[in-house]
Amino acid sequence: MEKRIRVLVAKPGLDGHDRGAKVVARALRDAGFEVIYTGLRQTPEQIAEAALQEDVNVIAMSILSGAHPHLFPKVVELVREKGMDDVLIIGGGVIPEGDIPALKKAGIAEVFTPGTKTGDIVKFIKEHVK
Amino acid sequence: MSNEKEKIQAELDAYNASVEKAVARFPERANLPEQRLYTPLDIQDTDYADDISFPGVYPYTRGVQPTMYRGRFWTMRMYAGFSTAEESNKRYRYLIESGASGLSCAFDLPTQIGYDSDDSISEGEVGKVGVAIDSLADMEILFDHIDLGKVSTSMTINAPASVLLAMYIAVGEKQGVKPEQLKGTIQNDILKEYAARGTYIFPPRPSMRLITNIFEYCSQNVPKWNTISISGYHIREAGSTASQEIAFTISDGIAYVEAAIKAGLDVDAFAGRLSFFWNAHNNLLEEVAKFRASRRIWAKVMKERFHAKKEKSMKLRFHTQTAGSMLTAQQPNNNIVRVALQTAAAVMGGTQSLHTNSRDEALALPTEESVMVALRTQQIVAYESGLADVIDPLAGSYYVEAMTNKIEQEAWDYINKIDEMGGAVSAIEKGYIQKEIQDSAYKWQMDVESGAKVIVGVNKFQVEEKPVEGLLRVDSSVGEKQKQKLADMKAKRDNEAVKKALVDLEAACKNENENLMPHILNAVRTYATLGEICNVMRKVFGEYEAHTNL
Repeated sequence: MEKRIRVLVAKPGLDGHDRGAKVVARALRDAGFEVIYTGLRQTPEQIAEAALQEDVNVIAMSILSGAHPHLFPKVVELVREKGMDDVLIIGGGVIPEGDIPALKKAGIAEVFTPGTKTGDIVKFIKEHVK
Repeated sequence: MSNEKEKIQAELDAYNASVEKAVARFPERANLPEQRLYTPLDIQDTDYADDISFPGVYPYTRGVQPTMYRGRFWTMRMYAGFSTAEESNKRYRYLIESGASGLSCAFDLPTQIGYDSDDSISEGEVGKVGVAIDSLADMEILFDHIDLGKVSTSMTINAPASVLLAMYIAVGEKQGVKPEQLKGTIQNDILKEYAARGTYIFPPRPSMRLITNIFEYCSQNVPKWNTISISGYHIREAGSTASQEIAFTISDGIAYVEAAIKAGLDVDAFAGRLSFFWNAHNNLLEEVAKFRASRRIWAKVMKERFHAKKEKSMKLRFHTQTAGSMLTAQQPNNNIVRVALQTAAAVMGGTQSLHTNSRDEALALPTEESVMVALRTQQIVAYESGLADVIDPLAGSYYVEAMTNKIEQEAWDYINKIDEMGGAVSAIEKGYIQKEIQDSAYKWQMDVESGAKVIVGVNKFQVEEKPVEGLLRVDSSVGEKQKQKLADMKAKRDNEAVKKALVDLEAACKNENENLMPHILNAVRTYATLGEICNVMRKVFGEYEAHTNL
């Protein structure tokens, strides 16, 4: 049997709005993925460590506070430093269009903004996870 | 009367039979949760004198003041704050000049969670979703040239509410304004932080102590201050339904009243200063019914359960904010219309104060221009629409009265269930309230994705869109500036005095019978920072760890 895709849903930074993260987590689980949720206020170091310990294929982060330009790239950097080259890293939240090119350049595979269907996230993961 | 009922029933049956064919042609509109038509039959158990009555009269269904907006309009209180104290001070003065009648401070996340701007955990967050406040020095700048004796200020602050209130009192002292003249509100509602919003610091028990300490201190020293704003807003934003919003919030309110009574306070000494905070969603009539039902429930809770004697203790006064979660990033100008409808709901529902969201808030913090449109929306509703001319204009509507009854019943079912679980604190500790909210949020999302729930511009009537230009960006240098300011302030203050005040605060934290407010106020006056004060409390009280169950 094929190994199920494992996803870490993470909330980096101090923002406590986790409606989006929890809805996405549940939709991913309903789509057949194994989902681990970190809870709030995770530092980039904690997220990278959890990804390593849990041996995940995907890290899906959510931020609404505007701290994404600082925190998203930092997670990518730490994850790659730990040798997890295949882990797919995606992000979402209140993220202005103008910020997206820089995030992609930093290694965020895709950024999902408000109004996204959870089905589109599922599809993206299935198509891009290695 | 019963003859009349039979007559209406017969005519209703005939009507239903006559439209059956027409309705069958539109199956997509057949399964809405509401009945097609409401008649006197739907409110036959409602008694005008007991259940509805007059404005300013128990159970306050029609409003808490006898004259409502025929006396004066609600407070138009725009929520604002970003970047540094200097920048936010400019925005406040701009809003006051534009006719806003109250201030509402948004603090950045490090401030809300009790960290200084130079803490490593604050990196990337300083000044982003609100203003950064590290010490009294920042608060003095925030209210520079704003007379605290004249303006009323609401502060969206919860876990460290005691510290920010102390800073506000201290700024007042410096301006020559006595604490008894200060008017405003601190949100100070920790239970909804555990259940829905996430900016908690300490575990529930010490958090409840801080809240009751504030109730007691203010009842003696800052009598015009609203000591808590029990908030359903965030519960709704996290995904709850209208009934859940008021049920969970009123259960939290019950927990605060119980804690205060247990701490030895007389219910009528503090209950008059409890206030509420509701969300205004898109479904205008359901929302009006929600506001009306909430007043009736709280009045009954205070009278029947807590035996309050003063009328003021039974009146549910509330601030409203239009629903941020209902704004779309798609076709953002449509949000102006949504906000106008939500404003109409809040006004017909009898709010005491209102914040209207700006059209661009699903994208970023609002620009000055967007904030102006949002404020003008309130002014147009107030001065041009006629909605504020008549008190509780929808009373007597078969539908609105039936909906008010239905929401009230659904809320009581939840409140009773939470009581059986041992109250709101235990229900939150068990994860029950969080689970109910998450289930509703997930159902909403699935309904949107299936198209059962139409969101204009998102799942219907989409267009190709150009990226929105001119969004507000908080300069990333804010964090560095704020750190520098903090270092300069620390070099100038009397560090011995700070140390002494913090040692004294720590001792007070360890003595459960001591009110912490005077000690926090002393620490604030020495320019001890928010982080230093909260760290003392963290050391004694510990930190809350949330459930991560899905």
